[in-house]
Amino acid sequence: MKQFLSFVRKEFYHVFRDRKTMLLLFGMPIAQILLFGFALTNEIKNTKIVVCDYAHDPMSEQVIAKLEASKSFDVVKQLMSATEIEAAFKADNIKLAIVFPNQLYQELNHNNKATIQIIADGSDPNTATTVTNYATSIIQSYMRDKFPQPDLLQINTEVRMIYNPELKGTTNFVPGVMALVLMLISVLMTSVSIVKEKESGTMEVLLVSPFSALMVVISKAVPYLVLSFVNLIVILLLSVFLLDLPINGSLPLIVFESLLLIITALSLGLMISNITNSQQEAMIVSLMGMLLPVMIFTGFMFPIENMPKPLQVISNIVPSKWYYTIIKAVMIKGVGFASVWKETLVLLGMTLFLLVISIKKFKTRLG
Amino acid sequence: MSSISIREINKSYGKGTIAALKNINLDVAAGELFGLIGPDGAGKTTLFRILTTLLLPDSGYATVGGYDVLKDIKQIRSSVGYMPGKFSLYQDLSVEENLRFFATVFGTTIQENYNLIKDIYVQLEPFKNRRAGKLSGGMKQKLALCCALIHKPTVLFLDEPTTGVDAVSRKEFWGMLKNLKREGITIFVSTPYMDEANLCERIALIQGGSILSVDTPVNITRSYGEALYAVRSENMPLLQSDLRTMSEIKTCYSFGSFHHVTLQVNGSSKVFELLNSTHPSFEWKEIEPTIEDCFIKLMQHEK
Repeated sequence: MKQFLSFVRKEFYHVFRDRKTMLLLFGMPIAQILLFGFALTNEIKNTKIVVCDYAHDPMSEQVIAKLEASKSFDVVKQLMSATEIEAAFKADNIKLAIVFPNQLYQELNHNNKATIQIIADGSDPNTATTVTNYATSIIQSYMRDKFPQPDLLQINTEVRMIYNPELKGTTNFVPGVMALVLMLISVLMTSVSIVKEKESGTMEVLLVSPFSALMVVISKAVPYLVLSFVNLIVILLLSVFLLDLPINGSLPLIVFESLLLIITALSLGLMISNITNSQQEAMIVSLMGMLLPVMIFTGFMFPIENMPKPLQVISNIVPSKWYYTIIKAVMIKGVGFASVWKETLVLLGMTLFLLVISIKKFKTRLG
Repeated sequence: MSSISIREINKSYGKGTIAALKNINLDVAAGELFGLIGPDGAGKTTLFRILTTLLLPDSGYATVGGYDVLKDIKQIRSSVGYMPGKFSLYQDLSVEENLRFFATVFGTTIQENYNLIKDIYVQLEPFKNRRAGKLSGGMKQKLALCCALIHKPTVLFLDEPTTGVDAVSRKEFWGMLKNLKREGITIFVSTPYMDEANLCERIALIQGGSILSVDTPVNITRSYGEALYAVRSENMPLLQSDLRTMSEIKTCYSFGSFHHVTLQVNGSSKVFELLNSTHPSFEWKEIEPTIEDCFIKLMQHEK
């Protein structure tokens, strides 16, 4: 036990005395959270739109008023004719045009059916989809208020925004960034730390000592577990106080699941350090080999459901995908452990598998 | 009782293409200061790593302190002290932190075995808060020796401890080893410096993975078996090529400011005649062979 503590203390010295490590350890998560939270959101705010109202009846005017009232849209112009729409897209940098047909109100009353045309700038498909969905939802909510009897509802859009009705981008990004940061930091740090000992030759001295492989591996992981945990707290604090992200689920559950992901990532890092021989190699494997898969297959940047089947299958081996699913459910939907136990089990299985492999693969000799 | 015994150890690298050790047999008595002398690439480090259980031999076996290097890995690793050729301490930890760390790893404390390292550590004490990476070469070696000694090992393995260390520190270092020997620790040390061979009780000359000779330094030089001469003139390169073309000369090797020469036949009058004509100011004297002379001779013999 004393040996173990002494090893852990030594490991802390290494971290605290290396400014670059410290910067990477604490600078990267903060930078990423801020970057993803503020700069890279796909949230829509004050999106410029134009309306072309042929109807000019109370109904169309009320819909326009409702659009204007929402924080998301900014009606910059009322067009006289649909022919001006294209010019408006080109000249005014608008994202959406809404066309109300002639005699909207009468048509709805007589035919129980009316069509409002929404034209979006398809050159940016993500924004187009988001703003279209949002405009549709505003119109629908107006219809629901106006005609509570469901048989009169004839605008058939199936999009429904739940849990994130304001389409706040950060709600999706924060769990994603948490997954990304915890995964990268933990994998990178541990993989480099063992390889460092191999490279500097200290592993040679360490091997010719009563230290067991299990001890080396575990005591290497402990400091990074602690530091990643501190990171987690920082990320959560930033999300809640800076990005106004509510934590709807249980905090202990979030912490528990995050610790599980950290341990998974640490085990992965230990495994990488066992198969590489230099810090550079370890860095390349853990950064290049991890960054892209984690970004792509976690699901917070590109929806996994939209990927081709083979890629969907591959995404299952990325631990952060499971973690992202769990955290999104717990943090935003506020569900309990009962709803995420399956994903938790998968993560747990991965952790055990990686840990056993990295301890088994730990080279007790040189060469 | 022998502290280290090596029997028919073979080791090769690169899937058997490069033989690093060929049929090594060696015995080191308990409490002996034993030197493994040979140039770079002779196989010294490979042998050290096999004895410290860091590498597996292809064939053969060895025991260290009575433990089998193939089976009793744990016992060997906790009872020997090992100082690799490359400085292998934590550069970002201070002198004291390094020492304390290694003491704890071996389940002991600095105080417990302080008497063993005292003589060496007093020199390090003024720098005890300095990071190991900022120490001079000689100081680094002293610290590494302290760390290898802190658990009072029965056998101490020192792989080229004096490489890259200045002449004064080297001398000091060997003085420390002499003192440690008095504590009853078996010391197995390797060096590429032939002049350090005389500081060992017994030495093994190693070259190309084979042991050329094992004996006390005195016996090795005594067994040289022929007269050796040192020759010098104002034009050394020309002197060497001239000597080498003479049929009376058996061998001629450059040794610093002299050429060391052995003769094919007894009597050097014929050689003097020849030299007088081309190198009028030449110097010629008979000398005692050094370990290096023996090494070169044995090496030639091996070929």
